[in-house]
Amino acid sequence: MTSIPASIQAIVPMLSVTLAALACMTWEAFRDKGEPDRMPVGALGIVGLLGAAISAAFLWNGNTTSFGVISGDNFGLFVTLVLAAVGILTIMFSSQVIHRDGIVAGEYYTLILFAIAGMIMMATANDLLVIFIALEVLSLAVYVLTGIRREDPQATEAAFKYFLLGAFSSAFFLYGIAFTFGLAKTTRLDVISSFLAAQALSDNPLILVALGLLLVGFAFKISAVPFHMWTPDAYEGAPAIVTGFMSTAVKAAAFAAFVRVFLMAFEPFSADWAPIVWVIAAATMILGTVVGVAQTNLKRMLAYSSIAHGGYLLVGLVAANEVGKAAILFYLATYAITNLAAFGVIALLGARDRENDELQDYAGLWYSHPGLAALMTVCLLSLGGIPPTAGFIGKWYIFSAAVSAGYYGLAVIGVLTSVISVFFYLRVVVMMYMQERGAEAPVIHVNAISMTALTVSIAAIFYLGILPTQVLNSRPSTTCSSRGASRVRRGRPAAA
Amino acid sequence: MAVGLLSISWLLPVVGALLLLFIGNADGRRNGLIRWWTLIVSIAVFGVTLAMWASFNPGSAEFQLVERHPWIPSFGIDYYLGVDGISLLLVVLTGFLTPIAVLSSWIGIEKKVKEFYIFLLLLEAAMIGVFLSLDLFLFYVFWDAMLVPMYFLIGIWGYDQRIYAAIKFMLYTMAGSVLMLIAILGLAYLHNAANGVYSFDLLKLYTLDIAPRTQFWFFLAFAVAFAIKVPLFPFHTWLPDAHVQAPTAGSVILAGVLLKMGTYGLVRFAFPLFPLAAAYFAPWIAVLAVIGIIYGALVAMVQPDMKKLVAYSSVSHLGFVVLGICAMNVNGLQGAVYQMLAHGVSTGGLFLIVGMLSDRRHTRLISEFGGLKAVMPRLTAAFMIITLASIGLPGLNGFIGEFLIMLGAFRWDPRYVVFAGVGVILSAVYMLWMFQRVYYGKVTHGENRTLPDLLPHEWSSVIPLCAIALVMGVFPTLFLEPMEPAVTRVVERLQNTQTLRVERERVERTERFERFER
Repeated sequence: MTSIPASIQAIVPMLSVTLAALACMTWEAFRDKGEPDRMPVGALGIVGLLGAAISAAFLWNGNTTSFGVISGDNFGLFVTLVLAAVGILTIMFSSQVIHRDGIVAGEYYTLILFAIAGMIMMATANDLLVIFIALEVLSLAVYVLTGIRREDPQATEAAFKYFLLGAFSSAFFLYGIAFTFGLAKTTRLDVISSFLAAQALSDNPLILVALGLLLVGFAFKISAVPFHMWTPDAYEGAPAIVTGFMSTAVKAAAFAAFVRVFLMAFEPFSADWAPIVWVIAAATMILGTVVGVAQTNLKRMLAYSSIAHGGYLLVGLVAANEVGKAAILFYLATYAITNLAAFGVIALLGARDRENDELQDYAGLWYSHPGLAALMTVCLLSLGGIPPTAGFIGKWYIFSAAVSAGYYGLAVIGVLTSVISVFFYLRVVVMMYMQERGAEAPVIHVNAISMTALTVSIAAIFYLGILPTQVLNSRPSTTCSSRGASRVRRGRPAAA
Repeated sequence: MAVGLLSISWLLPVVGALLLLFIGNADGRRNGLIRWWTLIVSIAVFGVTLAMWASFNPGSAEFQLVERHPWIPSFGIDYYLGVDGISLLLVVLTGFLTPIAVLSSWIGIEKKVKEFYIFLLLLEAAMIGVFLSLDLFLFYVFWDAMLVPMYFLIGIWGYDQRIYAAIKFMLYTMAGSVLMLIAILGLAYLHNAANGVYSFDLLKLYTLDIAPRTQFWFFLAFAVAFAIKVPLFPFHTWLPDAHVQAPTAGSVILAGVLLKMGTYGLVRFAFPLFPLAAAYFAPWIAVLAVIGIIYGALVAMVQPDMKKLVAYSSVSHLGFVVLGICAMNVNGLQGAVYQMLAHGVSTGGLFLIVGMLSDRRHTRLISEFGGLKAVMPRLTAAFMIITLASIGLPGLNGFIGEFLIMLGAFRWDPRYVVFAGVGVILSAVYMLWMFQRVYYGKVTHGENRTLPDLLPHEWSSVIPLCAIALVMGVFPTLFLEPMEPAVTRVVERLQNTQTLRVERERVERTERFERFER
């Protein structure tokens, strides 16, 4: 990476994905009407994402900054790597699925890639305004992806709902940025942090308004209760593979920005926002699991489960310490791989005319497709947090963050809800293994690319579950801005 | 990285299971090969556990054959295995019962044979891991991982109500164990607060000085997890369902080994980690144990279903074990560990033979049988021995454990023994009554006239069980000797901290009094 000027090094991963997206778009534009639309478009995307991953690996521990607003610190790079992995897996799963569903490949892959470019930007942005731009880039792409099956009324409705509520939340977010700017005269996170460190809430109640508005904006994006209403509909209406992409990549990017804003800029006020986030986290975990129990549609069930997982991630945020930050990152990685693989299986089992995503459709899957059933089981057990899968280490890490910060109550809510969640994950397992299928199941042929993607995901789930040391020791949670601000606050006289 | 005996003992079944995965058996043609392979693997594991025993120094209370490698160093998590007298015998029990479980499903399991044996071997690996772990994190991983294969064994190969039973089993156990996870994390955090580093090392955590209030909550979290597993009254409701619905091999393992993980957890973790809380809770737990002894026996008496009868008898017998632990003296604890082993053998045997009958007749109702003695004398003889062992006839394995427990409990508080004694009588009542109804009298059902007696593979599982029941009854020292130092150490640890505490309180009280006087 030495040949690239230092000032733009941090944007190389994003650039690589954007170039791939542009290439896909051009390809699609120049494709003749009759020309069959085949895989190479996706391959372009994979090349771009690999480029992003490799450049992120090169930038590791480099702490580069571009234009003062994009920071290539380990925190952002780790999320970049996760996003690249999610992108590659999504494209691999899509290779079979989109042809079956008659989705135009060029458009589809272009949207995926632009979404990822926006997400990487969001994860590495160091400035509220850049975060907002990134948020819009990724959101627009994802709105379109949700409704990409234009002839399907359910998908259109889902996209419309998602768009309306998404726009609504963006407005909140922007409003929050405006208030912050009004207070701190800047949108740079590190400057905001040092400004706030010298403030007290009683001097300036507007801080609370800014904080609250930003919180609502993020809560919408990560579908935290009570701002989760769009999630089940959007997740159920979108094609399964898009749902998988949304529920992992969007969440990862949004959480990265959430952590940056709240643990960097607003860290001096963590004592004030932690109780609010505590309540949101508890409500999110409880609602996600309890309502999940009542679902009979697998996609909808996993939508509620992903709401609950957002709650677990919030627990790491409440802890507001280094363990919590590292725990969020690790959890994001494990959750992203696991959930995406689960949706991959759902997508592969669908048919053009019928999604086959009702719980009943999974009856006896083990007898007709033992391999897919076994892979799905591993994903579900990992989502439920059962050792030796990645999900267990993720949960353990999150709860140890909570315990180390003294939040025993939140940890207890977390583990109890995760037991409830095991109940509905097991329902799928019961269907697959312990029910016989009435009618003869259609035999589904899974192509080599999708199978590779599934195998790699499962291997990763076990690898992270059994030997997580490598990842845990890579110091992923390092952020490059100075953390002096919080120390200043603690030293401040109590009278201020 | 050298792989020691302990690692081999749990890795061997895992490797065996993974190799099974590669045997193509879609049409069931290779069922025989798979059965033999699993049998050989499980016998090899038994051999390894015996080798462990052979290289074990019975005079020492320390953990032996220790293997330790850093696993997640940033949190002080190690891959840390070791055995002392208590865990050694339980590991040997696991190694002993698994081949019997394999044999018990030789004919009974016809569907998806390969997967059945894969789950059985994985289950064995996880159980051995639970007994060997000296790192709390590692322990928890095995503890939870064990649920999955058991869940599948019950849910896929069980009887009619299998799905309900499987889910109930899994959720019940998980609900208890996740709270334990929080307590484990809390312990590591306390270690960090005291020594500046996280640690999940059991021996280091033993030395922590934990405030009584914290002990109270952490003990509760641990004790509930283990009480559900034992199962202690009133946490026992999952057990009859799981036992009755599980296939024979599942019941044998469930009764033989899984339940002991709960009592083992009490002895190894809950009591010694939180001695003050243990002293506070022991009388209450003992009361629950005594209720369990009598309640289990009474409910067992009225069961029309043999398997359910044996299941409830487990509630009663495990109550004795818990009572012995609560006594917190050498006799009681030794008796408890001995009773764990004895119960594993005798109840495993009962489920095995009930399974044989149920395989032959596809019913387990006592009223469907009668007069079997004339039809299958050999099976009857075997059942007789196991039944008497389970009742606690002197000369067989059940007697020693119960006797020692009663002795220990008597030294602690004779009132418990009075009620527990009723349980001993009741156990004779329900077991012998069942025996009489099933084997004596006239053959009441025509189908029973043609039932075959013990088959070769059944012989090979019944003989070792009867033999070991006899050996355990006649030569108890063989088993009491290796466990003695370990048991003594646990008791010393419990009593030392408790007396220290009492003395400190007495001193404080006198000081306060003197201050008041002045």
